[in-house]
Amino acid sequence: MSSCSFRVRLALNLKGLDYEYIPLVEGQQYTPEFMKLNPISYVPVLVDGELVIADSLAIILYLNEKYPHQHPLLPTDLHKKAINYQAASIVHSSIQPHQNQARYIEKEFGPDQKLPWLRYHIGKGFAALEKLLKDYAGRYATGDEVHLADIFLAPQLYAATKRFNIDMQDQFPLLSRLDEAYSQLPAFQVAIPEKQPDAPSSRTS
Amino acid sequence: MGEPQSNCPLKLYSYWRSSCSCRVRIALNLKGLDYEYIPINVVKGEQFSPEFRKLNPIGYVPALVDGDVVISDSFAILLYLDEKYPQRPLLPTDIRKKAINYQAANIVSSSIQPLQNMTILKYIEEKVSPDEKLPWVQCHIGKGFESLEKLLQDYAGRYATGDDVFLADLFLAPQIFTAKGFNVDMNQFPLLSRLDEAYSQLPAFHDAMPEKQPDAPSSSTS
Repeated sequence: MSSCSFRVRLALNLKGLDYEYIPLVEGQQYTPEFMKLNPISYVPVLVDGELVIADSLAIILYLNEKYPHQHPLLPTDLHKKAINYQAASIVHSSIQPHQNQARYIEKEFGPDQKLPWLRYHIGKGFAALEKLLKDYAGRYATGDEVHLADIFLAPQLYAATKRFNIDMQDQFPLLSRLDEAYSQLPAFQVAIPEKQPDAPSSRTS
Repeated sequence: MGEPQSNCPLKLYSYWRSSCSCRVRIALNLKGLDYEYIPINVVKGEQFSPEFRKLNPIGYVPALVDGDVVISDSFAILLYLDEKYPQRPLLPTDIRKKAINYQAANIVSSSIQPLQNMTILKYIEEKVSPDEKLPWVQCHIGKGFESLEKLLQDYAGRYATGDDVFLADLFLAPQIFTAKGFNVDMNQFPLLSRLDEAYSQLPAFHDAMPEKQPDAPSSSTS
């Protein structure tokens, strides 16, 4: 279900890279074995031979550099590249960290505080993304190719609509349009949480 | 550096105490780039002015203007600067060490800094009490610092990922400064303490620190 893992799956799919999916059950990220892999205990972690990298942005930039020819994840234009980093940062530093606190907010302040908290932080980030991307968006966030910004946006939009029922259409028309475009991409369809081997509806194990 | 030069193509919108702005100030100093320092007082809410929102729609500092190009977010600014002005590179060439730099930078920028910013602290203060702010911040900084100690122990040299200053150091130095301001006991973090001492010897870091900025309260420039 992790948005961060979803981003990496998208990147791997776009680049046509095969990988072994190792699911974690809740709490397993705090075992000594996993913490040795990733000291901050979040998923995802990528193991590529002897190299271990955690953090979705670090992983994606590593993959992009190690496998540069298959579907480059950044444009060559320097300014557009910067806009991609900026959009990705809005998701991973301004939305995601606060979204992660929702459980704490619910526990400390009550269930009725959780949704206002989520709506505020997601809404603030989405409003900024609408303004940032309006001069750059084409079929996708920064033009007609899928790039880093899309890899961060797609899972975030999916979470906002499917998990938190944020109203997208009226407030965030550009992001709504992008959400629709992402849902048509095979790389995205295969990466969604429900399609993963450890999703509750899966009966593979 | 940091001089008022209105014909300077590089302009940095910054707040003296903002750790995110500090990261960029260090980079500009390391690369020997002159820039015009434009203060945005976030305590007074200047980041919400329509003029600044045009530069950065999410209303955070820093923002960089380079001629016609406008970029916000410290990570995006740093990678832009590193590509446009490749002198004194901010990333190692080794792809593995580069990934560790990104990972360390993101522990700071996604797991620590967002949980210590003004909005969040105000929420904690209002919903719980002013006395809860410090424990909240110390808890999140502590968790992030524990992770960084573990992550960097196999890579650190004189600096975070070897004997040269790289991206990770630009994120660590301002965060350690902020942590000390929140009375985090740095004795728990021997590697980070050692790095902090190393950074204090570097002019590029020293000159980027909050109290050296034109808008710091002890400055008499305004």
